[in-house]
Amino acid sequence: MTIRNEDLMTQAQDVPPSAAAGRGEGPAPGDGYNFAYLDERTKRMIRRAILKAVAIPGYQVPFGSREMPLPYGWGTGGIQVTASVIGPADVLKVIDQGSDDTVNAVNIRRFFHRTTGVRTTERTGEATLIQTRHRIPETPLAEGQIIVYQVPVPEPMQRLEPREAETRKMHALGEYGLMHVRLYEDIARYGHVSTAYDYPVMVNDRYLMSPSPIPKFDNPKMHMNPALQLFGAGREKRIYAVPPYTKVESLSFEDHPFEPQRWSDPCAICGARDSFLDEILMDDTGSRMFVCSDSDYCADRREMKPAETGGQE
Amino acid sequence: MYVAAKGGERAIVNSYRLLAERRRGDPAVPELEVRQIREQLRLAVDRVMTEGSLYDRDLAALAIKQAGGDLVEAIFLVRAYRATLPRFGHTQPIETRAMRIDRRISAAFKDIPGGQILGPTYDYTQRLIDFTLAAGGSPAQAIEGIAPPGETPDVAGILGTEGLLEPQTPATGDPQPMDLTREPIEFPAARPERLQNLARADEGFLLAMGYSTQRGYSHSHPFAGEIRYGRVELEFVPEELGFPVVIGEVEVTECQMINQFAGSATQPPEFTRGYGLAFGHSERKAMAMALCDRALRARELGEDARSPAQDEEFMLSHSDSLEASGFVQHLKLPHYVDFQAELELIRKLRAAAAITESGA
Repeated sequence: MTIRNEDLMTQAQDVPPSAAAGRGEGPAPGDGYNFAYLDERTKRMIRRAILKAVAIPGYQVPFGSREMPLPYGWGTGGIQVTASVIGPADVLKVIDQGSDDTVNAVNIRRFFHRTTGVRTTERTGEATLIQTRHRIPETPLAEGQIIVYQVPVPEPMQRLEPREAETRKMHALGEYGLMHVRLYEDIARYGHVSTAYDYPVMVNDRYLMSPSPIPKFDNPKMHMNPALQLFGAGREKRIYAVPPYTKVESLSFEDHPFEPQRWSDPCAICGARDSFLDEILMDDTGSRMFVCSDSDYCADRREMKPAETGGQE
Repeated sequence: MYVAAKGGERAIVNSYRLLAERRRGDPAVPELEVRQIREQLRLAVDRVMTEGSLYDRDLAALAIKQAGGDLVEAIFLVRAYRATLPRFGHTQPIETRAMRIDRRISAAFKDIPGGQILGPTYDYTQRLIDFTLAAGGSPAQAIEGIAPPGETPDVAGILGTEGLLEPQTPATGDPQPMDLTREPIEFPAARPERLQNLARADEGFLLAMGYSTQRGYSHSHPFAGEIRYGRVELEFVPEELGFPVVIGEVEVTECQMINQFAGSATQPPEFTRGYGLAFGHSERKAMAMALCDRALRARELGEDARSPAQDEEFMLSHSDSLEASGFVQHLKLPHYVDFQAELELIRKLRAAAAITESGA
């Protein structure tokens, strides 16, 4: 986290926005909004929640989520977390579905570029801060990087028990029988767990956690990751975290070990066999191809070996 | 060869422009002014201020204009703006007995001290489309009554002196309630938190849930004890002065709903209350809010809580139009990755089913 210097903080205290409201294109630096949009007191409140979350890996910390200029459900939690940790020296990458090009990713990147003026990048390796929705980049993250997940439903058991007063108790007691029974029922019925994304994980042997709706393919990347992983749920007003080098285990049974997705075809563009693939419909007769969902990873591989598209890994 | 669609940024900027064109409509028609909205679409302004949790008629009118008349979108604009404002402190509780009343009715008594004042209401209009409005006719002048001087006693207070209505006094020490816009709600929630949530709740949601309590889903036998609408003064105690000064006035609608209560082992039968308060002239909202407030007191009053309107988590977690609208509409965002994962799963399940079938 980059701490901003003190005079900047006092100068930035709660400047009421003026002319910027209602202009239609949103705030821009110098429009009367603070650096990264949120006022410093709000950022401090969020940073406190983040620190608590880091101290108790996997525990959902309630925080005073604010109305953001983007709709709830569109990444307001991730945006608030990013806004609270971003500093002028950061390099920001924003992805949605693994790609830097989707409209939502473009929009959020634009928002931060306008409100902070920080450098943005599409390269995973260059970024100090990555905000993501539904994917973890294929390129392994490194120490010092922060990845911020947008979380729609922070409570992994919400669909089993919608009452938060109840699920909070279960977390307090470490009583996760409900989830195990659900997985067991899947196995009894289908022969395997029928959860393909948002596959529940156990963090640091203590808290059951939603990894956000990433495909279970990405779950193993969370385990012992050198980067700091932060999770923001704006609508549900929760923040949680997985500190660097923390144990993250996908739930499984001894006789039914966790299995991530696999594809029989490689990426049709770069030939990767180790990445998550999107299915692209090519015409209305149903012909299709599979390509990397991580657009940066795919482009990188193509640049590195332009001649090989068959894939030999 | 396949190339992923790009150019999101250009598309977004262009969509802003298209939106602005649509909002403006036919340029041959004069543009709507914000003050016209403020003066002539008052009830829309009131709703936006109430659910936007910000009393500012001009800003609400501007938001309505910017949102092209979509009130939930206007509420969103106001809330997002509000979130950037500092909180200086809080006013003294408003004194609705001292309201300068424009309208005040009770359905519980034929006549009440201070009188029934019909005021401006759609209630007894006959809902015939008024074509003279289209022709630009001007309304006839209303005959102004004389507002009764001094405070107008409230019906609830009158009943209270007989001990028939539960007293409503601040908790010991009159603790400052938490601010829902600054802190997350936790369940079970206290009544001040519930009321804050209901005050900014979507009017349509409250209306439907309030209505459900009248149709057997938690019957609470309500009477509109009193509804009043008018202006109240706001008092603020600046730290450097140490005494309250009037900083302005706001228009509010207040509803005191009176409900039957059978009594319990510890309490004799008495009437109980549901409370509704909204900015501006928002009777439907205030009444629905009062019904929901009363239904949500089931636990406190030891009643059976079996209906959705009595279920605190259900009500408070789904009442906010911004949360609901955002999450419903987030389904428009790309879900390629989740969908791909589900696709794989379904294929796998179907393949397994086919094997079982052919094997059988």
